[in-house]
Amino acid sequence: MPHPRDPSISTPQDAYEHERIANVRPRAWSNPNASAPYQLVVIGAGPAGLAAARVARALGARVALIERNMIGGDCLNDGCIPSKTMIRTAQLYAEMRDARRYGAQVPRDISVDFPAVMERVRRIRTHLSGGDSAQRLAQDGIDLFFGDARFSGPDALMVKGDVLRFEKALIATGASPMIPSIPGLAEAGYLTNENVFDLTQLPRRLMVIGGGPLGCELAQAFCRLGAQTTIVQDMPLFLGKEERDAAQILSDAFARDGIEVRLNTSAIAVRVENGQKLVDLVSDDYRNTVAVDAILTGVGHAPNVQQLGLDDAGVDYDLDDGVRVDDFLRTSNPSIYAAGDVCLEHKYTHTAEAAAHIVVQNALFGGRERLSELVIPWCTFTDPEIAHVGLYVREANQLDIPIKTFTIPMHEIARAVTDSEENGFVKIHVKGRTDKILGATIVARHAGDMINEITLAMVTGIGLRTLARVIHAYPTQAAAIQQAAQAYYRTRFTPRLQARARRWLAR
Amino acid sequence: MAQLTTLTDEAMLDRLQHAAFDYFLQNTNPRNGLVADTSRPGSPVSIAVVGFALASYPAAVERGWLDRRSAVQHCLAALSFLRDCDQSGRPEATGYKGFYYHFLDRESGARVWSSELSMIDTALLIAGVLAASMYFTAATEHEAELRELADVLYRRIDWRWAQGGGDTIRQGWKPECSFLHYGWEGYSEAILLYALAMGSPTHPITTACYKSWTATYQWENLYNNDYLYAGPLFVHQFSHAWIDFRGIRDRFMREVRSDYFQNSRRAVAIQREYVQRNPHELAGYDERCWGLSACDGPTDEQPGVHNAPRRLFGYAARGVPYGPDDGTLSAPAVLASLPFAPDIVLESIRHMIDRYPDILTDDRLASSFNPSVVNGRGEPWVSAGHYGLDQGIVCMMIENHRTEGVWQLMRNCAYLRNGLHRAGFRGGWLPSGNHLDKESP
Repeated sequence: MPHPRDPSISTPQDAYEHERIANVRPRAWSNPNASAPYQLVVIGAGPAGLAAARVARALGARVALIERNMIGGDCLNDGCIPSKTMIRTAQLYAEMRDARRYGAQVPRDISVDFPAVMERVRRIRTHLSGGDSAQRLAQDGIDLFFGDARFSGPDALMVKGDVLRFEKALIATGASPMIPSIPGLAEAGYLTNENVFDLTQLPRRLMVIGGGPLGCELAQAFCRLGAQTTIVQDMPLFLGKEERDAAQILSDAFARDGIEVRLNTSAIAVRVENGQKLVDLVSDDYRNTVAVDAILTGVGHAPNVQQLGLDDAGVDYDLDDGVRVDDFLRTSNPSIYAAGDVCLEHKYTHTAEAAAHIVVQNALFGGRERLSELVIPWCTFTDPEIAHVGLYVREANQLDIPIKTFTIPMHEIARAVTDSEENGFVKIHVKGRTDKILGATIVARHAGDMINEITLAMVTGIGLRTLARVIHAYPTQAAAIQQAAQAYYRTRFTPRLQARARRWLAR
Repeated sequence: MAQLTTLTDEAMLDRLQHAAFDYFLQNTNPRNGLVADTSRPGSPVSIAVVGFALASYPAAVERGWLDRRSAVQHCLAALSFLRDCDQSGRPEATGYKGFYYHFLDRESGARVWSSELSMIDTALLIAGVLAASMYFTAATEHEAELRELADVLYRRIDWRWAQGGGDTIRQGWKPECSFLHYGWEGYSEAILLYALAMGSPTHPITTACYKSWTATYQWENLYNNDYLYAGPLFVHQFSHAWIDFRGIRDRFMREVRSDYFQNSRRAVAIQREYVQRNPHELAGYDERCWGLSACDGPTDEQPGVHNAPRRLFGYAARGVPYGPDDGTLSAPAVLASLPFAPDIVLESIRHMIDRYPDILTDDRLASSFNPSVVNGRGEPWVSAGHYGLDQGIVCMMIENHRTEGVWQLMRNCAYLRNGLHRAGFRGGWLPSGNHLDKESP
């Protein structure tokens, strides 16, 4: 669905951009001839579509991949890759300003070269686009089509007038940013993840509307790059799903960075006066107006389900929740599956890829793999990062599952102290009176890397008892996980056990 | 007068408690019994502080600091005002549905600061009302009137309305925008609110409400202590000023084989562990100098500049282990832990007063101090004046330590006993069996 956004912003047409386009949307591409039915047709070349097409092809299937815009989807072009690239530079500037904390001199003149920041974003995005370029996909034997796909029946679809017949199909069309319906916003123009990385000038004053993962990440990044940043969230804390302490640490970090934090606040109207955007805010009974130069928004994502001919294919869907799938990721048409943001609650690149692998097994090899069996971690890449896997405590309590949390504040961890990165914690939740891990939340500078160890333990059924014996390289921040496990181990020293030990030692 | 810390424990506590109580006498409007939030000029009334004052009069009478007749007059002034106040819920009223706005004008009792109708602060107020009614039981006209008023005020509170159709009690309401959503999660001082709201014979909350609230509890192992986590100390104290949690347990505490009193003991241990670790390397922290809680604090907020980086937090709920921690400590929060860890608290409070004598004025503790923020003479920042909540919790907790006075009064309150029973509390001093007390205090 096209958005009005801000027509004044477009991707700079530099050498990097030309190379990226050559990789992800070559202008002179000729679609292959579609003759025999494909064993798998994949609609959408984002993370889910690419993963499915590659695996299926590697296993010998005849595969078609259809992309209407650019290979790589949101992740490469408008999401994870450009945002993380930008965050890295923002972090560097934050550290420069904070150099004294590390016993270093604060550079005399810290002036942000924003065009250089964004040029690096474009360079790295282009570099990474080479991995799944159109040419490489074709070389690997995947029939790559550019154009809008539309089902013409239960076992066929059309692309630019070509009919593609399939035995199995995968819908992996992703999702688009949802724009809050604020009067005047469209007229004033706004940024979303789809155009914010095209900026070449830093907005002097930025308002971020929405305190979800992307809003939080970019609010902090833009603030650190020098924009006077306000973040508006209509809930009492950021990252509504995360636990209170994690969200609170993030709020505190934002305040330290100098972000104007407006929680429990809604933007109700936008207008343009004298070239600036005036945003009316309301928080309970308090109203005020904030003047900014740019507005970044996007409150969640809406699945891309329209104009696909899903009705003709007999595929049930919903405009809010997307394509309806069962636990095997099969749609209401048994030959058609879905994966990724178009059908999943957890809209992450890694979930999309994991779902794609399930689809290949189930669709082509008679597998019975289930979505519900996936253990899915996620991470918001703020500073500190906030990562989670498994159950939250409130969920366990609601399900009447006894749950106990082993908490290690990061200030207990030598490597966090040496690196002046003590903000945060590792909380590992276990089933009451056992060592079985039900979930974990990690808030730490490198929480995204650390959560993987917990995920591995959960997938393989390793409990805290075993984890306590796993030697961790010293000094690392991941030692926090081992310390949590050792805290569990110490709770096993019951008075009776201690008395026996004393008797043994005194014999 | 002898230096406070050279006295015996009992004599020192007596002076500290007396000075805390005198805050109420010095800051109460005798015409309406309302008590100022702080001793600072122009301070409005905090309804919670009124509750602490009402619960403290019995001890003052017992100790001869105030004659019974004057104490009854103070209580009657407050209760009569509350009965007759504007309960229309209009922006300039005093309350609505039996609840009260958080901050009121000292003279008129009308809402100020556009404050919210506060459920937790109303609970602290009404708990004080009930405590007074449990003490003033003489068969005199005035004391009988006091008891009647207390009953009317408690029974008219519409706790069910305060759910706002939700699973738990909302934290606030404003006439301009209806219910507020602060998103409080986890263990908090609200256990008193829930117990009183469940004990109501007229407008009780739904029975599932307490379970929904406790569903956000986190049972944690931190610094090798298992406890029901809450960061700031006051959370582990406010409900305990009224309720004797020794030996009584709800379902949650039965499952984890602990109780709320034991939990507050562990909160003290965890605070002391934290200050010894002192992750932010702040001045003055040691095992005898602790107390991260909700309190006043220095601020580096610049007027008119809203998004400058901050490292000092002004009035804030400071907590362990995630802060915010800007080096500000609350001596009243230490002293209010007296019933849980008497030896540790006595040693700590002596140490803190000796080391930072400026935190004490006329035997009364300042809200907070910050040894990391010093003036030109090298003296630590000390909060100006006094806060009613600090003096109230100090006065009540010293009394509970010395005589279990407030606990005994509230043990006899049928409304509270019924509320605790309905919330699933069993054992200890609670009557056994399934019967509820008859519906009167």
